[in-house]
Amino acid sequence: MTDLDVLAPGPLATVQDLGRPGNAGIGVGASGAADRGSLRLANRLVGNEEDAACVEVTFGGFAARTRTPVTIAVTGAPCPVTVDGRGAAPNSVLRLPAGAEIRLAAPVRGLRSYLAVRGGLVVPAVLGSRSTDLLSGLGPQLLRAGDVLPVGPPPAHFPVVDGAPGRPIAADEVTLRVVTGPRDDWFSSRALHALLTEPYTVTSECDRVGVRLDGPELGRASVGELPSEGMVAGALQVPPSGKPTLFLADHPVTGGYPVIAVLVASDVDAAAQLRPGMRVRFAPVRAPGRPAPAAPARTGPHRSGAPSSGTPSSGRSS
Amino acid sequence: MDTTTLRVLPCGDTGLLVESAGLDDVLALHAALDADRPAGVVDLVPAARTLLLRFDPARTGAVAVERAVREANPVAVARSEGELVEIPVVYDGPDLADVAHHTGLSERDVIAEHTGCEWTVAFGGFAPGFGYLTGGSPRLEVPRRGESRTRVPTGSVALAGTFSGVYPRASPGGWQLIGRTDLVTWDVDRDPPALLRPGVRVRFVEAAGPEATGFEATEPEATGFEGTEPEAAERGEPGPDRTAGGGS
Repeated sequence: MTDLDVLAPGPLATVQDLGRPGNAGIGVGASGAADRGSLRLANRLVGNEEDAACVEVTFGGFAARTRTPVTIAVTGAPCPVTVDGRGAAPNSVLRLPAGAEIRLAAPVRGLRSYLAVRGGLVVPAVLGSRSTDLLSGLGPQLLRAGDVLPVGPPPAHFPVVDGAPGRPIAADEVTLRVVTGPRDDWFSSRALHALLTEPYTVTSECDRVGVRLDGPELGRASVGELPSEGMVAGALQVPPSGKPTLFLADHPVTGGYPVIAVLVASDVDAAAQLRPGMRVRFAPVRAPGRPAPAAPARTGPHRSGAPSSGTPSSGRSS
Repeated sequence: MDTTTLRVLPCGDTGLLVESAGLDDVLALHAALDADRPAGVVDLVPAARTLLLRFDPARTGAVAVERAVREANPVAVARSEGELVEIPVVYDGPDLADVAHHTGLSERDVIAEHTGCEWTVAFGGFAPGFGYLTGGSPRLEVPRRGESRTRVPTGSVALAGTFSGVYPRASPGGWQLIGRTDLVTWDVDRDPPALLRPGVRVRFVEAAGPEATGFEATEPEATGFEGTEPEAAERGEPGPDRTAGGGS
């Protein structure tokens, strides 16, 4: 058996795969990697199935030692990687000898990096997934120094490339695309205008459940009671404070505050790389299958006629 | 139910939120779509008045999913067919007197109403294993507590709105606590892990609690959060709004 010894977890390190969707009826959310694209890339690089379990490293500080030769890749937030003290490239296939020490320093941009090991981490699964869900307390414990991570048998596929370009990760400001609704009609037109034109700032309350944002208060058009309803990753839920919370992987299954807009699915990964102090702007795109953009978008200067493609536009960096 | 009149709202580019007249319609639509799952729909999340559908954009699209919703044949869900679970309860909850006050009933009458009818799990949502129980006595309708508790012990039996529920583990919570049970309602090592799954019928039975010492229960805290103590109470949920916690 191949194992990896955790020497240091950094501020927060968890095991993640692509989660456990389909369990909402028993109150269990999907969870899984916050930045799913980066987890998939890490797995592809080492020849794993895309949903193999990896280490999600939050703001670097992670260190581990190999017991046998292993093949790994580090993706996501770009952080200085060293193997036995020598620099190694992120987004590339790294072959480590037995006894090697790998370290991830704090990322220069972004928040979450992914360490895939060829064979995948085979900690016990709960409800079909090895993901740690920090809201519902399911899955493996948070990683600690001294933990031993079992690695599965090597998959049939061999790595086909030595490296891959990672998705650009913004440093200061990022624009995320949103579809307004489902509860945009609960808000004043001024609130929608503000959401789609003004920047918001990422506060220090920022974890796998969600990111609290600071910026213009989003006022309600009317006072009412919303019965709890299903939530999704990328939802911008607005509590009575008027300051939106952007939900990430470990969001609650249901929530009782109205959702003014939801990120397009392909921009949720970029949201998972937001760090405190960054600015976020929201650009409206048309809801799929709808004849026209949601009405409030007409008042915003960021109105775009059609959904754009590719990665979210990032600000000064990347 | 006429599915052509349902309100279908976008929820990002990979979800649709279907709004119906009420819980019975939600459950009927959920049953129909769950039995004959439209291709590419990866999750169905029923709630009090809505059904959320999440889909895989590589396999389907919003137009096809909406069409499947409108072409579904919801049939009223028979509430007498699910498995029946008896839950023994010691009715010594700290809010029993408040519930009696709100309802105009005596504490004994509150217990009689709670044990005197059959409840059904309508949907889940707040925490793993938490089932929203419906169909109980309309005389037990009570508001949530004005202030949430930061910690509700495992097994607490509670009321809010027209719902009842059992806290599957210690957590923050804002429902009115009327009693407690020793029955384990959530165990990940059991199959299925949740005792109270949608469709399961529940009857509460009063249990003798001679040494009812116990509301100050001693289970470990529900841990594993990245953040700090949650604060804002989320309306309609048994617990406070656990959104973003502390910095990471």
